[in-house]
Amino acid sequence: MPDIGIAQPPIDRPVLEVENLGVRFRRRGTDVAAVNGASFSLQRGETLTILGESGSGKSVSLKALMGLLPGYAEVTGKVWLNGQEILGLPAAALAKLRGGSLSMIFQEPMAALDPVYTIGEQIAETIVQHDHVDHRTAMKRALGLLEQVKIPSAARRLKNFPHEMSGGMRQRAMIALALACSPSVLLADEPTTALDVTVQIQILLLLRQLQQELGMAIVFVTHDVGAAAEISDRIAVMYAGRFVESGTSREIIRTPRHPYTEGLLASTVHGGMRGTKLETIPGSPPNMARLPPGCAFAPRCRHTVEACRRDEIPVTISPTGAMARCVRAVESVPA
Amino acid sequence: MSSTLALDPRDRGGPAQPLLRVDNLKKYFPVRGGLLNRTVATVQAVDDISFFVKKGETLGVVGESGCGKSTTARLLMRLVEPDAGAVVFDGDPVGMEHGISVNDMRRQMQMVFQDSYSSLNPRMTMAESVAYAPRMHGLGRKEAYDRAEGLLAQVGLNPRQYARRYPHELSGGQRQRVNIARALALEPRLVILDEAVAALDKSVEAQVLNLLTDLKEKFNLTYLFISHDLNVVEYMSDRVMVMYLGRVVETGPVEQIYRHPRHPYTRALFASKPTLDPDRRTNEMPLTGDPPNPINPPSGCRFRTRCAFAEAICAEKTPILGAPLDGDDDGASPHLVACHLPAAQRMSMAATGGRHA
Repeated sequence: MPDIGIAQPPIDRPVLEVENLGVRFRRRGTDVAAVNGASFSLQRGETLTILGESGSGKSVSLKALMGLLPGYAEVTGKVWLNGQEILGLPAAALAKLRGGSLSMIFQEPMAALDPVYTIGEQIAETIVQHDHVDHRTAMKRALGLLEQVKIPSAARRLKNFPHEMSGGMRQRAMIALALACSPSVLLADEPTTALDVTVQIQILLLLRQLQQELGMAIVFVTHDVGAAAEISDRIAVMYAGRFVESGTSREIIRTPRHPYTEGLLASTVHGGMRGTKLETIPGSPPNMARLPPGCAFAPRCRHTVEACRRDEIPVTISPTGAMARCVRAVESVPA
Repeated sequence: MSSTLALDPRDRGGPAQPLLRVDNLKKYFPVRGGLLNRTVATVQAVDDISFFVKKGETLGVVGESGCGKSTTARLLMRLVEPDAGAVVFDGDPVGMEHGISVNDMRRQMQMVFQDSYSSLNPRMTMAESVAYAPRMHGLGRKEAYDRAEGLLAQVGLNPRQYARRYPHELSGGQRQRVNIARALALEPRLVILDEAVAALDKSVEAQVLNLLTDLKEKFNLTYLFISHDLNVVEYMSDRVMVMYLGRVVETGPVEQIYRHPRHPYTRALFASKPTLDPDRRTNEMPLTGDPPNPINPPSGCRFRTRCAFAEAICAEKTPILGAPLDGDDDGASPHLVACHLPAAQRMSMAATGGRHA
């Protein structure tokens, strides 16, 4: 396999395997290659963070897995969930999957929840749909879910409409909804970005705890290195629709090998940087409709050599399984 | 720095006089409802806050959503009329008979908003947007456009390439540079940055922060830097003011606030900050719940409903922002805290109450 993003850990079969995922938006003369061959796999109970800036293709990747992209999007590659191939499933099968063994939480719970139904109704509806139980049983399970995500006075909150809740509470309600049918994989698209810091850490801790209790795998998408450090086992850094580097969160944060990861970490303001000039990555992310050949980061990279602009960049995998897609990484690894 | 400031012909009170002083500023927004659309409640957005900004410094304002930091900025710019309180700009009360007019104040005080796109007119080119205010304030067309092009160059946008572009043709970071250029077009002395980098990607955020630091030096600016990002505020500010539900709970020099926070809210806020270290993850929630609704804030200390140390007095009496008992008050930048607790009043005890005990 030429394009392995992350080396697979040699335990039993992963719950989620993604091979060479590609997404292309072709419409009215525009042709945007949003995701260009992303591969990863996840074990039960593992959290992988996809870290990237806006337009890097991280959210589009999640939506592709969930089958939420519009009809004109061309999705290529292979995705196995619990051993079942799920890309290109017919609508009915997909509907069964979504909210069942695969579910997703979003940045904006207000947009993800239905404003005209109570929280309880929405959770119960999902349970009735997937598990074919009666409404009363479903409501009882909904109550249990709200308690599980630590919503205070859950019985009363069950009868609340989304607008009657605070931001953090809505986020918890959305997590409860996503967990309704005990998914094996939870896709989380920037679920903490719109929250205040004191609430953000609560949600991160909640996700970590729920994961331990339920053993689900999480794909967590964020642009926030801080959130990534708090929640992930492994981090994959995405740039221009490709993973440029991946490894354990320790490897990525302590010893990044790709210049983009280095730049991203250096330009993230943290304590004790007062009085120093911030290191920046010059320029801005590339136009996804006109990606340069070779390494997409080459125009902004200070180490660019001729080979970077020419052809496909080889992937280097370290003995620990960390991946880097950089010409320099090849040189630095002893043969 | 004070010597260059004294050269500013607009300077009035000398370097020791605060550029901006705010006394007992207050804004309650009515909440209307019911059949007759009567006022049914009030949002106490900003409730009796006082602070000052010294010449040439950056005052950082932090707090969670609903704490009143953006309303404060809008009150200062008079985009919203205050219910009570006084704003004094370099010794001149704003909008008073014996002071300066709101218009004159705005010439010296400008603002940059979070959303770079909605704060630019989509039908105006970059040069037109930047030149607009100088033209309104009486500058000729040619001079105004020359100034606009000069400013675009100052913020790192080549005027030849960008002056004739429209907002939708620029990236978020570039648009925010234009907003900064526009804020500087009237040669203000104070710039209010209301979450000015919050919507930018990290790599772009760092570029804009560097730009702001350079411009501050070049144009002798004073900043009021509002942000929810604790790391960015620490990086940018000389002094910091922490707000909670419309009130100031703690203020002081940045090192004091970040190394020895005294107020339980400030401490919880800092403890909520992601550690950026996979081996030292946060394992306990510093605070539970969301900030309460500012419509019916708790009596006394507004933080008491989420405070682990709250006592009876906290519900009865509103704590006053004042120097703690063992305050190392140097007069010019005092560390003030609004808390009844002895732990906040005395540093020795405050230190043991921290997270890394």
